[in-house]
Amino acid sequence: MSGVIVIAVIASAIRLATPLLLSALGGVFSERSGVVNIGLEGIMIFGAFFSVLFTHITGNAWIGVVAAIIFGIVMAALLAVVSINLKGNQIIAGTAVNLLAAALTAFFLELIWHRSGSTPICPDMLTSNPIRVLEKLPVIGDLFKQFTPFIYIAIVLTFVTYYILWKTPWGLHVRAVGEHPKAADTVGIGVYKTRWICVLLSGVLAGLSGACLSIGTVGLFREGMVAGKGFIALAAMVFGKWHPIGAMGASFFFGICLAIQIQAQSFGLDVPGEFLAMVPYVATIIVLIGVVGKAVAPKADGQPYEKDEA
Amino acid sequence: MKTRLLNVWSVLKLPLVAILVGFVVGAFCIMLAGSNPLTAYAALLKGSLASLPSFGETLYKVTPILLTGLAAAIGFRCGLFNIGGEGQYVVAAIATVGVAWSFQGLPHFILVPILLITGALAGGVWGGIAGILKAKRGINEVITTIMLNWTALYLSNYLVRTLLNPSRLLDKLPSGHTVAVPEAARLMKLKVIIPAFGYSSAHTGIFIAIGVAVLMWFILFKTTLGYEIRAVGFNPTASEYGGISSAKNTFLAMFISGGLAGLAGAIQIMGLVYMVNQSPELPGYGFTGLCVALVGLSHPLGCIPAALLFGILDNGSRQMQLAGIPKEINAIISAVILVFVAGALLLKYINVYFEKKRGAGKPRFKEVREV
Repeated sequence: MSGVIVIAVIASAIRLATPLLLSALGGVFSERSGVVNIGLEGIMIFGAFFSVLFTHITGNAWIGVVAAIIFGIVMAALLAVVSINLKGNQIIAGTAVNLLAAALTAFFLELIWHRSGSTPICPDMLTSNPIRVLEKLPVIGDLFKQFTPFIYIAIVLTFVTYYILWKTPWGLHVRAVGEHPKAADTVGIGVYKTRWICVLLSGVLAGLSGACLSIGTVGLFREGMVAGKGFIALAAMVFGKWHPIGAMGASFFFGICLAIQIQAQSFGLDVPGEFLAMVPYVATIIVLIGVVGKAVAPKADGQPYEKDEA
Repeated sequence: MKTRLLNVWSVLKLPLVAILVGFVVGAFCIMLAGSNPLTAYAALLKGSLASLPSFGETLYKVTPILLTGLAAAIGFRCGLFNIGGEGQYVVAAIATVGVAWSFQGLPHFILVPILLITGALAGGVWGGIAGILKAKRGINEVITTIMLNWTALYLSNYLVRTLLNPSRLLDKLPSGHTVAVPEAARLMKLKVIIPAFGYSSAHTGIFIAIGVAVLMWFILFKTTLGYEIRAVGFNPTASEYGGISSAKNTFLAMFISGGLAGLAGAIQIMGLVYMVNQSPELPGYGFTGLCVALVGLSHPLGCIPAALLFGILDNGSRQMQLAGIPKEINAIISAVILVFVAGALLLKYINVYFEKKRGAGKPRFKEVREV
């Protein structure tokens, strides 16, 4: 295998891993505070659609990114209301978010462009490397030619997430709320408020991830373009043991599987693509079983918290 | 009598309100699209119920989602979230095609039961994996079933492309679908019995589905197995104390649940589709099944009208489209119903799942028992 192909596969893996990583980070925030976020997929669909819509309206892809974040927050707020305030079931709420986002975007697509399937190509995209200097580096310079702004954003946000959750007092609060909300409540940490902020942050990140898929990759929105990537992100979060750096490693690993699947023919690899596509899911189950270091969810993950009135 | 009516109302209130809210939000979207909601909903009913052929088409849509609905319902009753209906359906569908091909010489009345059992077993095994992991290692079934959904999809795609492809079995050009199941494996169309069903694709699978709903009601409420499953759903610790194994029943519930979703896959193949296509996406029956179970209050008999509702929404969308209304409205209505049900209803009825962790003795338990 020549160096060119290796660089191509790695670049492709990083590009494929980026939306997974962004969404997985969203999942880390949400689940560390005790809210299971099955709705990542739906938030991504929303982010992908609205970033394209606003890029079309304004002609500026960065405004599209902002729109993706805002509408990601809107979808996440729905999840937050149902699962935090109404103490509804988080799994059902997340599933509802997924179905609603898919239906609404298809509806808006019909309403705005009078067509179904996909939008026209955006006038502006974020698919080129913003930091040109890096391309001059020896050997790995070619790698950076493939980078999009989202890749830098995702890498920075990984460390920001780690710093916030593990190095700040508020991060400690978040993790306390996710492990033992009652104890956290007793020492004066607002459980609802903390969970709200975390779920909205997951909306920000998954919305960004959606934008990365649309204006950061193909420059349009297509129905079904997210096609399970939200669930792979969920898998990456579990595989990464609910930790941002872990999620980064997991996303990259999954990205490599997807990249090899796409480029298998170019270097004559004889592995059925379907099996490569399966790897993220099977690997996650194996990690959960505990064959290679057990992944354990935050203790109060998935449980609505009810303040005792008495 | 009056208190009884009140009781019925208190149970049915939330799903009915949820449906109402769904249609009101749907009406807003229809107005947003510049149409009259009344025209739209008239078209919805006309397209799904007005004539025997269109009603037959609705029945065809109801068949798989009633079964996946029952699958979700039995999971809920045991305090489990089987969102793996998708994968169990997919695995069963491909298994049905494979077995039907292998036994294609058999006569209709032998092949059909074999295929139904194949589908149920395939789905049951797929669900059972998540069940065993939950029972033995305490691994959250939500995550495992999600992972198994996509694993199933890619496994199926692989088999469609290789083992069961017409290119391999029939010396034809490679194609994106499997070989078709033989004539003997196909369920009878209702129009053969009652010609008035006309163009509709309704088949005898609907009778199987309704029969299974009644059977599930019997199992859940009239047998020891059902009692134990529900007991574990209420409170696994107390059940364990009373000599009911929560591990065993968790596995059994997941196995049965998977089996029901698998049956949906088998019947869909035998009823109309006859083959499996390569697909980048999950078919969606499992998720609709969740809606069905929730609106049907996780009661096997309640799932029947709930499945009818979602069948109407699905089938009526074509007529609505002809009337110039975007077909996505119906998906929005379904999703809104689900949001509402998640927020309000689950809290009271299905939340047994988390109730057990919060401790017994809360008044909510009483309401659960009334369902």
